Amino acid sequence: MSGVVVTQAVITGILTGGVYGLVAMGLTLIFGVLDIVNFAHGAFLALALFLTYGVVRTTGAHPYLALLIAVPVMFGLGWLVQFTVLNRAMGKPLANQLLITLAVSLLIENGLLLFFGADPRSVRFPGEHGIGVFGAVASLSRVLAFAAALVLAAGLYLFLRRTRVGTAIRAVAANRQGAELVGVDVRHIYALTFAIGTACAGAAGTLVAPFTTIEPTTGSLFTIIAFVVVVLGGLGNVLGALAGGVLIGLTEQLGGVFVPSQSSLLIVFAVFLLVLFLRPQGLFGRTG
Amino acid sequence: MRNLAVLGVLVVVLAPLALVLPPAQQAVAVRVLIFALMAIGWNVMSGFGGMFSFGHAAYFGIGAYTSVWLLVKHNVSPWLGMLAGAALAAAFGTLTGFLALRYRLRGAYFALATFAVAEMLRLLATGSDLVNRAVGYNVPLLRGNSWSMLQFPAGSPNYFWVGLGLVAAAVAISLLYLRSRAGRFTLAARDDEVAAASVGVPVLRYQLFTIALSAAITAVAGVFYVQYYLYVNPDLAFGASVSIQAILPAVIGGVGTVWGPVVGAVILGPLSDVTATLLRQPPEFLGFLAGRGGLDVMLYAILLIVIVLALPQGVYGAAAERLRRWRS
Repeated sequence: MSGVVVTQAVITGILTGGVYGLVAMGLTLIFGVLDIVNFAHGAFLALALFLTYGVVRTTGAHPYLALLIAVPVMFGLGWLVQFTVLNRAMGKPLANQLLITLAVSLLIENGLLLFFGADPRSVRFPGEHGIGVFGAVASLSRVLAFAAALVLAAGLYLFLRRTRVGTAIRAVAANRQGAELVGVDVRHIYALTFAIGTACAGAAGTLVAPFTTIEPTTGSLFTIIAFVVVVLGGLGNVLGALAGGVLIGLTEQLGGVFVPSQSSLLIVFAVFLLVLFLRPQGLFGRTG
Repeated sequence: MRNLAVLGVLVVVLAPLALVLPPAQQAVAVRVLIFALMAIGWNVMSGFGGMFSFGHAAYFGIGAYTSVWLLVKHNVSPWLGMLAGAALAAAFGTLTGFLALRYRLRGAYFALATFAVAEMLRLLATGSDLVNRAVGYNVPLLRGNSWSMLQFPAGSPNYFWVGLGLVAAAVAISLLYLRSRAGRFTLAARDDEVAAASVGVPVLRYQLFTIALSAAITAVAGVFYVQYYLYVNPDLAFGASVSIQAILPAVIGGVGTVWGPVVGAVILGPLSDVTATLLRQPPEFLGFLAGRGGLDVMLYAILLIVIVLALPQGVYGAAAERLRRWRS
């Protein structure tokens, strides 16, 4: 096993992991605050991928400019889904919300299939080139996506900790009835939280577009990995999601190096089950 | 007992359908039966048992792969493959179920764990030479009818009869299960686990039995699927869409009712055929969608949202409830 291969795997793993963390941040917020198993998260990301593709294709603009469209659109869509559909299922058995998000994901995924077909597409990143990092090579778009993940995690963390709305969100997560009693409009907080979570998926979608194969089903892989990361990082823990994302990225890449015969996702799932069994509160959570 | 009588009458009434339906409709009917079988299996664990599974593809795939592997490699009859597949799926369900329940996974975590297990099997099958990797298996074709090898020429009514028999058996098993000690204890544990345990119900044992039964029924669906479509690969056997196909009919018909999954399958089965026909020759305003896929699943999805929000007991569940209230 040559050192270069391992170094490359570590660098790629950390960079990919940052992206996983970025995707998982939105999901962990939704899971932590609303207690909804959101199977549509990856589908929202896929939608943002296609939005980015559409913007670049029609205007020839830089893919990152699509953030200006993808983020607000996904925010609005998330708000709409929560306020019109999911709010009606809050407080019902968990399966109801799970089935609704499953339906939303099927709706988006197959809507994309219907309108765009199944052909894979790609977005060109102007000025894309390899950057040397500690003897390994990483493409510019991946490095930028990783940096954006760090910025977004910091922003989200500060938003949740330092603003009135962020505090209200945490209050609803901690105790719904208590928050209601002190005058928090829980239904709006639900919608807002889901919207922010979905906007994160939207931002992630645009950021990963330059190095991702754009297909209607691309999102489902991200959904799965994001769930693994969320459980690993602890429910509702934004910084935990980032750390969990990097861990999973490393597991995947190093697994690919050391166990090349099997899919690297297999190892990711094995880690997932182990965490579910042994530390369901997440790697960084406290017991009880 | 009245339910068993209804079942008997239904089978007798439906059996001649195979002789009168045109081939295309017969294919739809067989698909309905496969849906029903999968959903009846899912309903035992998730409806009666209250353990929400999002990974029934694991059992479906184990059934399909066990049978087709025995057939291709050792020329074993799929009927025996069906027994082996059901037994293996039951054992696998018991083992994974034991781990999940032992570590007290509940609700969302339980569902995610079942999902992860099914995905792991899919990845394992895709990466293993033992089961032909991503290529999967074709069932070796025979000439003419063979009851012993469970293979008939395309369009033969026998497939419908076999499927009908399997579904009827699965419904009968559900009915017997509900009347049995295992069924009553499991339902009690579903409704209040602490109360059930405190009056001495060995909850874990009966929950595991329920999972095993559910896995076995779904595995049989997998075997029948392979023998009907004569082909299987890791995605068709273990893919997430398989798990969804096991859930949808049960939810739309009515979770936790004996007839709900069957009713749901009858509603869902023909839907994809209708949309396929529609898109093959679309009306003017939908012309740009000609030949595209995906519309059927979108309709499923919309139906699913409407049902979950408006009729959470499902079509059959709500109708049965109405009937009961109207009678009393």
